[in-house]
Amino acid sequence: MKRLHEFLKSRWGIVSAGLLIGILASTLQKLGNPKNMGICVACFERDIAGSLGLHRASAVQYIRPEIIGFAFGALIAALLFREYRARAGSAPIIRFMLGFFAMVGALAFLGCPWRALLRLAGGDGNAIVGLLGLICGVGIGVLFIRSGYNLGRSRHTHPAVGAMLPLLMLGLLLLLIIKPILPSGAPFFSAEGPGSQRANYLAALGIAVVIGFVAQRTRFCTMGAIRDVILMRDFHLGSGVVALLVGAFIMNLVYGQFHWGFAGQPVAHTNQLLNFGGMLLAGLAFALAGGCPGRQLFLSGEGDGDAAVFVLGMIVGAAFAHNFTTAGTPYPNNPPIWGWGTGAVLVGLAFCLALGFLMRRSLEG
Amino acid sequence: MRKSSYRSEEVNALDKLDCRGLSCPLPVMHTRKRLEKLVAGESLEVIVDTGTSRDNVSRLARKEGCEVTVRETEEGNYILTITRKA
Repeated sequence: MKRLHEFLKSRWGIVSAGLLIGILASTLQKLGNPKNMGICVACFERDIAGSLGLHRASAVQYIRPEIIGFAFGALIAALLFREYRARAGSAPIIRFMLGFFAMVGALAFLGCPWRALLRLAGGDGNAIVGLLGLICGVGIGVLFIRSGYNLGRSRHTHPAVGAMLPLLMLGLLLLLIIKPILPSGAPFFSAEGPGSQRANYLAALGIAVVIGFVAQRTRFCTMGAIRDVILMRDFHLGSGVVALLVGAFIMNLVYGQFHWGFAGQPVAHTNQLLNFGGMLLAGLAFALAGGCPGRQLFLSGEGDGDAAVFVLGMIVGAAFAHNFTTAGTPYPNNPPIWGWGTGAVLVGLAFCLALGFLMRRSLEG
Repeated sequence: MRKSSYRSEEVNALDKLDCRGLSCPLPVMHTRKRLEKLVAGESLEVIVDTGTSRDNVSRLARKEGCEVTVRETEEGNYILTITRKA
């Protein structure tokens, strides 16, 4: 175990993890997940929101086992290596709102940073614009972090607090397996559209548990990769992210899943203002919250109650995004330049910028 | 890893840094700032409370050419003793 721990925390460890995640993500697409969406934490949390009836966009409703597996895999890793620590108390309502707006931004672009990388690995040129927005957003976050922004300290707390999100995930898994039939129709499962495109749930769950495990051990974080390069010229996390891109790209070539272009890419649009702006907002929100959406799930699995609140904020943000039509719509029905999506992104940016300026304080005590 | 107790009042000395409860990247940022003032032979004690912070701070310290020892406390925290090599 000690040797495994030493390997996974090394540079070769995170590169191997990135390669593995990229390969598995492409494989999930081959097994039935939507195109260029083998993994998308934002989209999949949105699908869960839909399945629970928090929104009624019928094309995107499904209890994604990948989200459940990420949390479980991280929990297993944390317990095995004695890193499970129930902790909370670091401005939870702020983290909830950061999760909310991170999702608003991600859905404007139609993907989280994980999906942005997978879209690029699948040949979607629009992802380049999204990634540029993400880098800029994280860069703004770094400026705030450098000038003293922080959300305060968390504290060790009762184990029940840390167990909440894994228990919620267990509940979702039971709903997925049992599929109860209720008069309301919940839980909802899409019959068409991206929500209906899914790998076998056991395969998806198993793959996600593996990813959750290695990601927890390697501290994998797509936002952190960009942040650490800008902040400290540290390429440790970045090497894992590049490896993910390479692994996914190679497997896409093997599976015949690479198609280069801008227009007509799966579950993507060509409104580049929204692609850039959405990921600018998402990147800034992730930076202010301390982790990308995948990382927040892995932290939740290891007992971090504040990360769990961020995840819940993302799920609620997804519901809002679809109920108030701020989410992007795929080509050829591009979202308008001046519409609800742009408005929501601007509000989110204003919120995050205000937070960055206002939450700068000393950490004494 | 050998466990021992840690008295919280010990963290207020100048050569000690309390990074408990701080999320990424603050433990590394604060440690890096303190390491800039550390001369050869001097030590800095950093206390963190997550495996991530433990590994990140250790990696930073080794990258800066320091020796690092880690011990776990009964409360589940980690004390990293970082010594600038002569």
